[in-house]
Amino acid sequence: MGDLGELFGSLVMIFMTAAITNNFILSQFLGICPFLGVSKEVPTAFSMGLATTFVMTTSAVCVWAVNSLILVPLGLGYLKYVAFILVIASFVQLTEMVIKKVSPPLYKALGIFLPLITTNCAILGLALMIPMNNYNFIESTIFGLGAGAGFTLAIVLMAGMRERLEFADVPAALKGAPITLLIAGLMAMAFMGFSGL
Amino acid sequence: MDFEIFKNAIPSMGLLGALFAGGLAYSSVKFKVEEDPRKGEIEKVLPGANCGACGYPGCASFAEAVVKEETVCDGCPVGGPDIAEQVATIMGVDAGASSKERQIAQLLCQGGKAETFNQADYQGIPKCRAANRVANSKSCEYGCLGFGDCVSVCAFGAMYMDDNGLPVIDTDKCTGCGKCVSECPRSIIALMSNTEHIVVRCKSVLKGKEVKQACEKGCIGCTLCAKKCPVDAIEMVNNLPVVDAETCVGCGACVQACPTDAILETPYETIKIEKPKEEVLVITEDCVGCTLCAQKCPVDAIAGDPGNKHELDTKACINCGQCVKVCPKDAIEYQ
Repeated sequence: MGDLGELFGSLVMIFMTAAITNNFILSQFLGICPFLGVSKEVPTAFSMGLATTFVMTTSAVCVWAVNSLILVPLGLGYLKYVAFILVIASFVQLTEMVIKKVSPPLYKALGIFLPLITTNCAILGLALMIPMNNYNFIESTIFGLGAGAGFTLAIVLMAGMRERLEFADVPAALKGAPITLLIAGLMAMAFMGFSGL
Repeated sequence: MDFEIFKNAIPSMGLLGALFAGGLAYSSVKFKVEEDPRKGEIEKVLPGANCGACGYPGCASFAEAVVKEETVCDGCPVGGPDIAEQVATIMGVDAGASSKERQIAQLLCQGGKAETFNQADYQGIPKCRAANRVANSKSCEYGCLGFGDCVSVCAFGAMYMDDNGLPVIDTDKCTGCGKCVSECPRSIIALMSNTEHIVVRCKSVLKGKEVKQACEKGCIGCTLCAKKCPVDAIEMVNNLPVVDAETCVGCGACVQACPTDAILETPYETIKIEKPKEEVLVITEDCVGCTLCAQKCPVDAIAGDPGNKHELDTKACINCGQCVKVCPKDAIEYQ
């Protein structure tokens, strides 16, 4: 029972670290592109978060499998970028197909940012961190889920603020991208407070 | 060189690639999105400029709207009749059945170099927008400045400056996108429907004498056009006639009445008439000779003594249909 408790504790720790303390966007500054690009409306941002979470979780599982079952036993560590990008690209393609079929409006709203998940550094970063941290199957899954949750949290928070900013009296020089970057910086500083957890 | 290193790398990467390719191939069939094939065909014949003049975000959205029958086949103003016909063929309908009404830019000024004069020598930036900022160098403060800002923004090559210093709008090429309208600092370009055929080409609200001093072809606000209009479609607002497109029958009485030629009939052929030209108006035996029709006829095509059956000169008749409306006995018919 003690072992199970310890395992559960370590999994919660991995999840919280990935989602909050080491939030991919606000602490590690990975995946800024969709964070700024698709954060104009909360519903779209939330959908983008879900799409990214799906790709992150499935990629994490596959990356773990590819890494520990193929790359490491065969001594092909130097091929990890190629192999991981292959995994990620495949899952993004799959996500795109599913979204196009299930929700055409969402497909339109996400636009170019959906295929761009492929080259999202948050996901490649996640893939590279799994062998780096020697995560096992369950840990990798939870890590991917946590990273996705953190991404969704950050992008939805951002979208919520930008929705209100639409009605705020922003100085002309700061309208649009500048104020968005300022907010991102302030959010990152606020998230630094979690590092003491 | 040691080829051993390829032994593992190539098959494993190949296997991995084949695995994912297979998965994607399966899901591409499983999640196939059915699209109306006509949409793609329509997109191919459209100009592909994605200009948005049709009111949709781009050519693809327009094609989708056509397929869903939300818009008409000739909704693409850039493509013109040729494209409309091709789209109609794809949709399996007759292009002629859909509406032909479209918006065209009209220049509301005739004060070129010949009609007006310069009261000062403007040597600033050669742009209408800049020239409009400084004190008025042209005799008419409402007229065209003639630097061609409108011509430079026209994306369809539908405008050029003539020798008289006025922009000329090619009504065939004009797509009604409205860029020139918003560019003109003096607001003397307006979008009008091609079914409106009488255009007042002056925007000066000044009194007659001042207009006369500034421009030979300006509207002097004499109200002759309003008085001559057989259907009372013209109302004077701010010393300028305003034509009500709904009431106007296009008889051209105002154009003939105007002493300064400030009202013109539009050059395009689409003149709104109540019935096709082939049909002619005929006064039947029911006529009681009340003279109402003769009074109403804008071109004096009806003659006859009171009490006797009137005669209609079919050559002079413009088929405006005013007489049909006023006849108390319904004695005038299309034949």
